[in-house]
Amino acid sequence: MKHRSPSEQHHGKKSRVSAAENSSTPPADGMEDQTASNPRELTQNPLKKIWMPYKNGLPEKHIAQRKVCMTNCPTLIVTVGLPARGKTYISKKLTRYLNWIDVPTREFNVGQYRREFVKIYKSFEFFSPDNEEGLEIRRQCASAALNDVRQYLTEDGGQVAVFDATNTTRERRETIIQFAEQNGFKVFFVESVCEDPDVIQENIVQVKLGSPDYTNCDTEDAVEDFMKRIKCYENSYETLDEVLDRDLSFIKIMDVGQRYLVNRVMDHIQSRIVYYLMNIHITPRSIYLCRHGESELNVKGRIGGDSGLTPRGKVFAEKLGHFIQTQGINDLKVWTSQMKRTIQTAEGLGVPYEQWKVLNEIDAGECEEMMYEEIQENYPLEFALRDQDKYRYRYPKGESYEDLVQRLEPVIMELERQENVLVICHQAVMRCLLAYFLDKTAEELPYLKCPLHTVLKLTPIAYGCKVESICLNVEAVDTHREKPENVNIHRTTRDALQTVPPHY
Amino acid sequence: MFTASSSSVLTSETCHWSYSGGQKPRGTRAHTWLFGKQMEVKGNVRPPRRRVRCESTASVPQFTNSPTMIVMVGLPARGKTYISKKLTRYLNWIGVTTKVFNVGQYRRDATRSYNSFEFFRPDNEEAMKIRKACALAALQDVCDYFTRLQGQVAVFDATNTTRERREVILNFAKENGYKVFFVESVCEDPEIIAENIKQVKLSSPDYVDCDKDEAVADFLKRIDCYKLTYVPLDDDKDRKLSYIKIFNVGSRYLVNRVQDHIQSRIVYYLMNIHVTPRSIYLCRHGESELNLVGRIGGDSGLSKRGAKFANGLGSYMRGQCITDLKVWTSHMKRTIQTAEALGVQYEQWKALNEIDAGVCEDMTYEEIQENYPEEFALRDQDKYRYRYPKGESYEDLVQRLEPVIMELERQENILVICHQAVMRCLLAYFLDKSADELPYLKCPLHTVLKLTPVAYGCKVESVFLNIEAVNTHRDRPEVGQHFEQSCLKKNNKYKRVTRPHYSVLPISTNQFEAVIPNHSLCVSFISASISVLCLTKQGQVTR
Repeated sequence: MKHRSPSEQHHGKKSRVSAAENSSTPPADGMEDQTASNPRELTQNPLKKIWMPYKNGLPEKHIAQRKVCMTNCPTLIVTVGLPARGKTYISKKLTRYLNWIDVPTREFNVGQYRREFVKIYKSFEFFSPDNEEGLEIRRQCASAALNDVRQYLTEDGGQVAVFDATNTTRERRETIIQFAEQNGFKVFFVESVCEDPDVIQENIVQVKLGSPDYTNCDTEDAVEDFMKRIKCYENSYETLDEVLDRDLSFIKIMDVGQRYLVNRVMDHIQSRIVYYLMNIHITPRSIYLCRHGESELNVKGRIGGDSGLTPRGKVFAEKLGHFIQTQGINDLKVWTSQMKRTIQTAEGLGVPYEQWKVLNEIDAGECEEMMYEEIQENYPLEFALRDQDKYRYRYPKGESYEDLVQRLEPVIMELERQENVLVICHQAVMRCLLAYFLDKTAEELPYLKCPLHTVLKLTPIAYGCKVESICLNVEAVDTHREKPENVNIHRTTRDALQTVPPHY
Repeated sequence: MFTASSSSVLTSETCHWSYSGGQKPRGTRAHTWLFGKQMEVKGNVRPPRRRVRCESTASVPQFTNSPTMIVMVGLPARGKTYISKKLTRYLNWIGVTTKVFNVGQYRRDATRSYNSFEFFRPDNEEAMKIRKACALAALQDVCDYFTRLQGQVAVFDATNTTRERREVILNFAKENGYKVFFVESVCEDPEIIAENIKQVKLSSPDYVDCDKDEAVADFLKRIDCYKLTYVPLDDDKDRKLSYIKIFNVGSRYLVNRVQDHIQSRIVYYLMNIHVTPRSIYLCRHGESELNLVGRIGGDSGLSKRGAKFANGLGSYMRGQCITDLKVWTSHMKRTIQTAEALGVQYEQWKALNEIDAGVCEDMTYEEIQENYPEEFALRDQDKYRYRYPKGESYEDLVQRLEPVIMELERQENILVICHQAVMRCLLAYFLDKSADELPYLKCPLHTVLKLTPVAYGCKVESVFLNIEAVNTHRDRPEVGQHFEQSCLKKNNKYKRVTRPHYSVLPISTNQFEAVIPNHSLCVSFISASISVLCLTKQGQVTR
């Protein structure tokens, strides 16, 4: 350890310098102790099946990132735009997406701070530029929100904060940039510009009238007040400028995605954000999610595999065809996985469809085609570990739900781009897709109920998604296994099998 | 998008027609469920692998599936050809058949000798006629490419600086039912332009036997000729068109009316590439325990020699003196062990894991032949598209690696410690290898490939670290070879005719043994060999 070649010393020095330059890179403790001649032992983490360096039987501080480094320091996304330009829509949607792809993100809506502060909203005059009291309150709210942003990004493990406010003046944006610089955050602006009165009107009706500011208020009065509120901002609005703001990183979304101006994308996460924002749209549509019809292995209570449909499964495929016809959609896209049971189901529809390998069911590795009873018998430890953390647990030589979400990201991106789509997939896959649309956490995701022979119709409304669950009245086995009470690795077989659904 | 590194490995813009990269015939694949005629085999990951038009069962026109023309716009020396070639390479690699049509090349073919910039003056009527005829000839070839050769994307590489010319193209596309996406490169930085002229224009056939300074002067005048009539895409007047406008080599982008999946991916790709000089180092893990016994896949640790390689790799990388080197590994033990020896931070990608051999994991080739002789033969017939039972194909692998390529494009200096099949896929992207060549690219153990982008291509240095290792490369056996070549010879057809001897294809034991790498003996390399390979435009590697 003491004897080092000059090149190694040189190297060691360099890595420290680069770590210092990079404010967020954790100081590489232990790097001094590792010399090339003495690599650390690797041991596989039993839950996630990842190889980790060990020393004296204890895990070393793991210097490896398990996935691509998204960003070297926390990022502050700052929305810019007049009221009713979809800033909150974008903020919420982006936050949902980033959380789903495992980037901890939270949105901070300054309007919400204001509502909590003032309680009762009277009229647009609060937003008038010469209302000093109003201005002061709004300034305080913004600074309270920024304080929370700091707390979230520096102490609570957040990676991205979305600061949702109008931020229409260069002065206000300058304050935020300084705040970010002081705290070592990167800033990315997202401006929404829209002059189409129909779009604005629609947005007001859709989301603003439901706002707490306008409860017990006549619709027309509310719209009128809101239009005046927009006017209050218009005079001082300074849009992001190609020349004046050329050093900033930003995306400017014009006319709800007709056109985009993208300036100085700095890193991986910003690039992903830009790609996402360029793919979303607000055309009304519905997404239909369902699983394949009941399969031969379903009835036997076996997981995975690549079996065909049972007679009941085939009846479902037929009924699914009728159901889709009654929906009267003439441009419906149908997607399946590359597994026999989804393709057989799609064949029942008599329409063209596309196969995605990434829609294939979670790979249960060594447990493929096993019954839960067999897994418990052969791999009791694995079975318990899975119950302890079902989202992160990776099957031996197989996948975890976490892996599945990464694999499904291109599907989500394409679903965002498309309009009416029917996705015929699998239980674990459907849970992941559903979690994205319904903003479910990693803990809830693996237990979402996605029964066989039931179609979920998702229709985007306002900031969320309406879900209709349509049972097609074809009997099928239950494949949902709830989390058992006892997840201890020493539990009895009876405890382990407590929640296994009945099968033949 | 201008190349900014200095190197003498230059290539001219001569070979758009002899381009042979990445053409991936559509066809059936093992382990894919097929249901009679209605079913079509689709791409593995991203859907719109275009439907073969005649087979479409769609009741409504599939607009997203119509061929796309990418039309470049911009003054000379704005990196149009660089973008065209790079984009074409990417699209072919992801399985979208694409070809560049460089109008400059048609002009050179038509006029033979180039005299001076006078040719490009807007008032040179005779020349104008020739240029227009060339553009029309190129458009005709685009049409042929889409209809006869089943191309999906054509990149029309010309200046297209006047609205009139763009109108001609738009009308042509409309008549034929093609989508049009414009890519305009705007750059006013004189240094970048000068660098680009030096890098790629001076070696153009137009300037052979010509003094360098004179050539530069002539080229600048040529640019001036275009400036007289240049009308950039306009925010307002062209608001109905689909386009991306790239300002100053990617510091800013304007994106208008993206229509479909492929355009969206093109935009994403163009927004991620950069021209900062850098090197990408590709290597495999050190020799593993399973390598030693000739077994494929698995998740074993390094052999003693493999550990030695890991140390050697550390010394080599330190010798490269790169301050901001990123290191990526897969999630497999052997790559992580290799990276651990470097003593620097590294990132693990599950997407970099070795090809999943499914039921054949941990087997020797002999065992595969014994247990699954038909599978083994099928694999040799079409190694790129063959999918292992319950496993993956090279084609699957390429789809899985797409995010890695995208991130590699974004990053600067990187060392990727991966696996044989994975490295072949990555290498095929950088060296523009076809789907047919890809699974047979040589990626020996204990050898680092250093890739440095130059001009329109990539310089490759192969660095053997002088630590012995088994040979894991299994060459194309002869029976398969016959088959592949007979397919290839058909004019690089994309659509494969029915397979002649598909179902029963006994491989005689002799042929089989002939290509199994000898894993009981180690292959000795005589000395450290550091050879510099230069990639020419055709993708040939010359020493």
